[in-house]
Amino acid sequence: MITELGHFALILALAVALIQMVVPLVGAQKGWPGWMAVADPAATTQFILVAFSFGALMWAFVTDDFSLRLVVDNSHTLKPLLYKIAGTWGNHEGSMLLWVLILSLFGAMASVFGGNLPPRLRARVLAVQASIGVAFYIFILFTSNPFLRLAQPPLNGQGMNPLLQDPGLAFHPPFLYLGYVGLSMAFSFAVAALIEGRVDAAWARWVRPWTLAAWVFLTIGIALGSWWSYYVLGWGGFWFWDPVENASLMPWLFAAALLHSAIVVEKREALKSWTILLAILAFGFSLIGTFLVRSGVITSVHAFANDPRRGVFILVILGLFMGGALMLYAARAGAMEAKGVFSTVSRETALVLNNVLLAVSAFVVFIGTIWPLVAELAFNRKLSVGPPFFDLAFPPFLIALALIMPFGTLMPWKRGSLARTARPLLAGAVLALALGALAWAMQSGRSALGPVGLALGTWLVAGAAVDLMTRTGRGAVGNRLGRLMRLPRADWGRTTAHAGLGIAIFGICGVLAWQTEDIRIAKVGESFPVGAYTVTLNAVRKAPGPNYEATVADMTVTRAGATVAVLHPEKRFYPIAGMPTTNAAISRGVMRDIYLVVGDPQDNGGYAVRSYIKPFADWIWIGCLIMAAGGVLSLTDRRYRIAVGARRAATAQVAAE
Amino acid sequence: MKRLALILALLLAPLATQAVQPDEMLKDPGLEARARHISEGLRCLVCRNESIDDSDASLAHDLRVLVRQRLLAGDTDAQVVQYLVNRYGEFVLLKPTTGGANLILWSSGPVMLLFGLGLVGLYLRRRKGQGDAAAPLSAEDEARLAQILKE
Repeated sequence: MITELGHFALILALAVALIQMVVPLVGAQKGWPGWMAVADPAATTQFILVAFSFGALMWAFVTDDFSLRLVVDNSHTLKPLLYKIAGTWGNHEGSMLLWVLILSLFGAMASVFGGNLPPRLRARVLAVQASIGVAFYIFILFTSNPFLRLAQPPLNGQGMNPLLQDPGLAFHPPFLYLGYVGLSMAFSFAVAALIEGRVDAAWARWVRPWTLAAWVFLTIGIALGSWWSYYVLGWGGFWFWDPVENASLMPWLFAAALLHSAIVVEKREALKSWTILLAILAFGFSLIGTFLVRSGVITSVHAFANDPRRGVFILVILGLFMGGALMLYAARAGAMEAKGVFSTVSRETALVLNNVLLAVSAFVVFIGTIWPLVAELAFNRKLSVGPPFFDLAFPPFLIALALIMPFGTLMPWKRGSLARTARPLLAGAVLALALGALAWAMQSGRSALGPVGLALGTWLVAGAAVDLMTRTGRGAVGNRLGRLMRLPRADWGRTTAHAGLGIAIFGICGVLAWQTEDIRIAKVGESFPVGAYTVTLNAVRKAPGPNYEATVADMTVTRAGATVAVLHPEKRFYPIAGMPTTNAAISRGVMRDIYLVVGDPQDNGGYAVRSYIKPFADWIWIGCLIMAAGGVLSLTDRRYRIAVGARRAATAQVAAE
Repeated sequence: MKRLALILALLLAPLATQAVQPDEMLKDPGLEARARHISEGLRCLVCRNESIDDSDASLAHDLRVLVRQRLLAGDTDAQVVQYLVNRYGEFVLLKPTTGGANLILWSSGPVMLLFGLGLVGLYLRRRKGQGDAAAPLSAEDEARLAQILKE
């Protein structure tokens, strides 16, 4: 019964979205306030309906309703509750339902918090947002309906892929979707502004928090996924340049570009049409990502939806929205008149360079991702584009970006001087080069990756520190400290995020350059050296789990006689899925992770054992978290909170009359 | 979502083993290091975008052994790779060649960067021109300004 209600609620949501798409748009065009006002209750109703529908599906998972095909395919009574809940979105149909849930959530939030938006703009934004909803409701209802029943329900389900039964992964999709779909708000604002034919600082002030929030969620989502693969896949890889990963990296890069260019629109009223284009592209690449993942069009992408109908459907959605938005852009972008004038050496130019580098790097990832498809269709060549290509083609842009970043943050608006900007950064540059040189001298004969990473990381962190200090002006230390604490949150956010990037870059380079690996057959009781450590395999025993059987190894890691860690890597076997998984044991540390994996028993006794020392590995995810924290800090800046306050003041006035 | 897909497909190949096995490794550390380096650039043909060095599939195991056999037979790195390309086609290369149409792929980054910088250059020059043109006020604007100031 609840299932049918959920199904029905989803169909109702489609009907409401259709109304929300048409009525406010017409109202905005004709200037009828009543028609425009339809958008607000419609957006809220839509969200409530989809939330109910999603809740119904989750209920089916939690109560093991095996009359639902989706539950049978993806769940099992023995599965822990957390993964029954996460199982709701751990499959194609459910994840698309999560997609529209978040879409309608953003729509409802724009309606609730959008009180101080001009009514016409708000009506149009919500109408565009609803049109995206319509497309995806139809997609779900006609190609990926999660509420299909089985005529003869089985006694139990087929279980969930054991590798997905992990807390890191349970929350990875919701964060990614919050990011992907958050960019739909930027898109809706961009299209609404194009219909309106007007973009001003207020518009940018509205778009920026949505973009920033989407970017923060994407950052966390990507970091979670990478953190998960680091400890689950059994050898500590954290990024594979897989098309599915690239699908999330491209929107992230575009979102980063967009939130920087929106600053220029907000503060200087320049780069308007470029910002609009970026907003369209950022969401476009979210859709492309969805398409790549869902359609299985790229041979390497064996996504769970290998149904060509779905692929074609998403391609149509992509074509309609991108084609429509870009045509509108071509027709209207000329009307976006820029106001702020700036010279070649200025913060505006630095932000333009940032945008060029981010956009080009995203395009490189895009071309690398679709090239196997293009080569096969256009040149009849079946080839692969893998990590070696991306490792060469992508980092130069990131390095260039990191190099100019501190200059950009110190550069004044309108007109600056390179020499005056560079002066306070000199100490940071010297420190970065000195540390890089020191690392180079100490590592004797390894690749330059480590020292370069250290130098870049230091440069970014030092640049962020200098950025903060110069904003406190001159004078006594006490005064400057006081001013430091009173700096706008946006300043703190910017410097935090930039420093976080530096830390992440250092972590990535450090672990890639300086890791130690040891693969061997170890007998029980045997000790062997790994880097500066000695690893001993003490015992191997069997241990039962809730829905798996585990082989657990007891291993001790010592350094110069002192015990550093006692670790228990596991090999699990999930009988329901008939699938083994490897659970590495990791001793986390600021300077290094010790990463142990136990493998299969060997014919002549002993076990295959892999040991890794991974220096600075955790800095990658700490850096990502710091970046995300920077985004959150910036999001709580006074100018966004004031916008909400202003609305309250306005309503109070009305009441007083 | 991306990981789900990655893993689901990863699991199409049986997970019986884990990447490079100790019994596959060569005694000579120099040769083994070369084998690892070569393996990282070769695709496990039945997997998704995975190198044979990382893959758990049995085909990847066979290819790893094959690479090591060729090295023991005295092949250079390039010869080993060529041997595999002859056998499996360029699909096996994770790093695409620079020949033919692949030039577009390899040059796309630099070309787009130049294109982007060129656009920025044009834009800045145009803006500058506009800025200069905007500097002296027209007579009409001058009159309006005077009127506004009077008010």
